Amino acid sequence: MTVSATQSHSGVQVPPHHPLGHQVTRWIKTQLFPTPFQSCLSLITLVLLVWFTPLALDWLLFSATFVGDSKADCIGGGACWLPVTQRIELFVYGFYPDTEIWRVNIAFGLAAAILPLLYIKQIDRRWVLGYLIVLPFLMWWLLKGGVGLPEVSSTKFAGILVTVFLGVIGMLFALPMGVLLALGRRSNKPVIKLLSVLYIELVRSVPVITLLFMASLMIQLLFPEGMTIDIFLRVLIVLIMFTAAYMAETIRGGLQGMPSGQYEAAKALGFSYWKTMGLIILPQVLRNTIPPLLTQFIGLFKETTLVVVVGVLDVVGIAMSTTAAPEWLGLEHEVYLFLALFFFTICFTLSRYARHLEKQMEKSRS
Amino acid sequence: MKKPLLLKKCAVYSVLSVGISMMGSVQASLLEDVKSRDTLRCGVSSDKAGFSHLTDDGEWGGMDVDLCRSVAAAVLGDASKVDFVITTAKNRFTALASGEVDVLARATTWTASRDANLGVDFTTPWFYDGQGVMTHADFGVSTIEELDGAVFCLSPGTTSEQNLEDYFGRRDMSYSSVVIEKSTELYNAFQHGRCDAITNDMSGLASRRTQFADPDAFTLLPETISKEPLGAYVPQGDAQWRDIVTWTAFALMNAEELDVTSENVEEMRNNSDNPNVARLLGSDGHIGEKFGLDDAWAYQAIKQVGNYEEIFNRNVGPDTPLNFERGLNRLWSDDGILYAAPVR
Repeated sequence: MTVSATQSHSGVQVPPHHPLGHQVTRWIKTQLFPTPFQSCLSLITLVLLVWFTPLALDWLLFSATFVGDSKADCIGGGACWLPVTQRIELFVYGFYPDTEIWRVNIAFGLAAAILPLLYIKQIDRRWVLGYLIVLPFLMWWLLKGGVGLPEVSSTKFAGILVTVFLGVIGMLFALPMGVLLALGRRSNKPVIKLLSVLYIELVRSVPVITLLFMASLMIQLLFPEGMTIDIFLRVLIVLIMFTAAYMAETIRGGLQGMPSGQYEAAKALGFSYWKTMGLIILPQVLRNTIPPLLTQFIGLFKETTLVVVVGVLDVVGIAMSTTAAPEWLGLEHEVYLFLALFFFTICFTLSRYARHLEKQMEKSRS
Repeated sequence: MKKPLLLKKCAVYSVLSVGISMMGSVQASLLEDVKSRDTLRCGVSSDKAGFSHLTDDGEWGGMDVDLCRSVAAAVLGDASKVDFVITTAKNRFTALASGEVDVLARATTWTASRDANLGVDFTTPWFYDGQGVMTHADFGVSTIEELDGAVFCLSPGTTSEQNLEDYFGRRDMSYSSVVIEKSTELYNAFQHGRCDAITNDMSGLASRRTQFADPDAFTLLPETISKEPLGAYVPQGDAQWRDIVTWTAFALMNAEELDVTSENVEEMRNNSDNPNVARLLGSDGHIGEKFGLDDAWAYQAIKQVGNYEEIFNRNVGPDTPLNFERGLNRLWSDDGILYAAPVR
């Protein structure tokens, strides 16, 4: 909606008095049939689309089965969505105790609230930042329990709950760490600089799956027998460490993009290093880097699916277990399509949102 | 001067310490540990149909899962007090040896090298299986020896990989492999022709074939190339705990032999004149007490989970889509090799 609006505004070369029909034919001519070869390609694509779309829709929706109890109810000949619909609670909440599910819902709501908060400009940025700092602890407390809430073992965590939890908490914990690493890398103190560079380069040169295997297999062996750290926590720490290194590079890019006049002005006013950074540089950098950071979040969100190889049941883990359940054996296509739809919806929304924020920023700058 | 690093370290350590404090302390005896925790932690697979898989209500089900439940019933008196921890083929022994789980019931084969090396002890076979080979029917192959040069679908880090290597090596035959970790994907790859043959436990091959789009397009070769006694492992060096898990399994097999089921166990305990039943169910003698358990240990396991036959039929038997043959897993008195030592 917003895209088309900006296009028609910026498209100054299109005379405004042309009727809509004319514009459409013009678009078809220039975009679909500019040369004989491209016309051919367009035609073939169109034919394929016309042939394929009804088949796909029929399989996905019209002949599909949405209501029923077992595989025997799938008689429509289309997709059998029962493994998903029958298990939707399992997919979303994992093994979380039924009476405590409200806590998960609140945690989901709190995480989703970040988006409007970033968007509405009237809200004081300090409140937003404060919210982002408090949120991971709040989510942890809500889901894990402790003070005032009954404790829930992390073996009960599974499904979308895990995916969102690892993604959001991982991102928010990684943010301060990434800021510190970025500052460290640009520091003029050699030791700090060296350590930051070492950390960032080391973590960035190793695939995240290697780090996950480390967390799953090696860390336990370093502890005395009987003392164990929850696998969930180990995986979370790995994701935080990994994301922080990448984030540090994004933020460093933002730091480098700041005009030197900002630093000089701060110095002229007698600001200390931390005051300069905290009050002048970082707020601008963070604001400018929100879109790339959101993109990074999308990356992290998808990367969380790797935890399944070390035995944490995220939404992919539940899907795999579903395809192995005797009553649903052989329905892999539907289950994996559901997964694809889930990730596409969230990641596509976020990426559109990031682009929108970016545009908004460009507008406010010019 | 090192502020950023220090802060980072602080953050990591504080998170670590939270985790450590959550997981309890160093154990003296596993039995005491499990009792004081009031939960059994059991390592299972997340996607082994019939052995451990998720049901629609988000409960675990399967042969391995029920073994864990019966141990929980025997030790804690409540079959539901189990935390199922997902383990993978690779990290299962690490999880057990490091104390992350108390019992590993993950359709794991009993082998000498595992018993000797990995800091784990085997309890007793819970399911006898053997490794077989399935190929595409249109190859017209009837023995494994005709598969020289074939491409095999394998899952990594399992005994099936080793067995195939041995079988082919011994006969100077060669094969190449497509290695896929998750069994669902593995079977899909095979079904869609990415490999000529697939090797796995016979029971697994048979049950997966029934779910294929066209089961008749695949042949299950009659030979088995290995023995696969599957069962639970426990951490090494805790004889009492090993006894408990072993004898819980034996108790369920004995129950089938003595016709004690979850339905009639109450009545059998009060009325049976068979001394074997009385000893098993704790109405005569104090066998449970000697294990460090309640005398009703076996009674609880049978009442809450069922005897071996009930467990088998519920999870993999003819009424399930898997439809396993009882085969080797019949009682010794029915020409099987399920031979549980007597409870007396």
